[in-house]
Amino acid sequence: MAELSDQMKDQLARHFMEAIPHARSLGMALTLIENGVAETTMPYDKKLIGDPSTGVIHGGAVSALMDTCCGAAVMSHPDSPLGTATIDLRIDYMRPATAGQALLAHAECYHVTRSIAFVRATAYDEDRSRPVATVTGAFTVERPPNDAKADPAGGQA
Amino acid sequence: MSRKPLEPVQVVRQRRDDALAALVNGVPYIRYLGIRFDRRGDELTAVMPFDEKLIGNPFLPALHGGVTAAFLEVTAIIVLSWSLAWERMENGSRGIDQWDPAHLPRIPKTIDFSVDYLRSGLPRDAYARARVNRSGRRYASVHVEAWQDNRARLFAQGTGHFLMPSQKTEPQAAPKTAAPQ
Repeated sequence: MAELSDQMKDQLARHFMEAIPHARSLGMALTLIENGVAETTMPYDKKLIGDPSTGVIHGGAVSALMDTCCGAAVMSHPDSPLGTATIDLRIDYMRPATAGQALLAHAECYHVTRSIAFVRATAYDEDRSRPVATVTGAFTVERPPNDAKADPAGGQA
Repeated sequence: MSRKPLEPVQVVRQRRDDALAALVNGVPYIRYLGIRFDRRGDELTAVMPFDEKLIGNPFLPALHGGVTAAFLEVTAIIVLSWSLAWERMENGSRGIDQWDPAHLPRIPKTIDFSVDYLRSGLPRDAYARARVNRSGRRYASVHVEAWQDNRARLFAQGTGHFLMPSQKTEPQAAPKTAAPQ
């Protein structure tokens, strides 16, 4: 198989998402994926609580959502890969997510080199004016064996 | 100068195990990931037995990056909380009877957490230990290392900063806002 069309890559990313056992276990859903931008939602669930006195979900669950969303953004980048893995992920927690509310992560893969993809993401609960957390990450870019540097045009149609 | 007689080992062990259980068992997310903590004296090792639902890449297969991040963060928070609890417990300022779930000590809040993925997490049990590098009145900095088969081959490490819980946990300590007119 040679060049993948954008549509095929989007489809691949979508399938990939659904095939991730941990994402499935947390009830994550991909709500947007195009050109290096992805959005992923995760419903509130009592099993994710990190502070029993408030019902606020654990930061680790927010990280899992963000990592998944960032990976999807990398996969959907026009200049990018067949596969990806996290190299580095840094998360900043702005405030606790409101107990009982679903989370939405929005990730943007803003730069891709031959071997690295750079991503940032933001997580929200129902209040979209005040982010819950932000992330910056670096991801690997896995290319097919004789891919002479991803040509920026994204290949023929 | 009369010294207090040494407590029997069972009493000490029971108190420490109960305190650790109170910290860990009340948190649903720790239970969901299946993480438990082994204790040797004051040293804790987090253990996360492999489970299908922890997989992120089914083709390799490999642990989900988010699971690895969560495992490190859980370990950092518990080890930091434990270091605070240990101090109070060993100084005897708080009896074990006050460790009931209704009056758990406040948990430190994560400010930021940075994960360094060194190699992919295999479908095996994972282990982690944390070191509290700085534990101040308001902030703490904690480093965590995680490995699987081989202690010298880390698969991930992380550093996090934490906001410390306020010292007053007694419910009767009402805020002194006397609203002067």
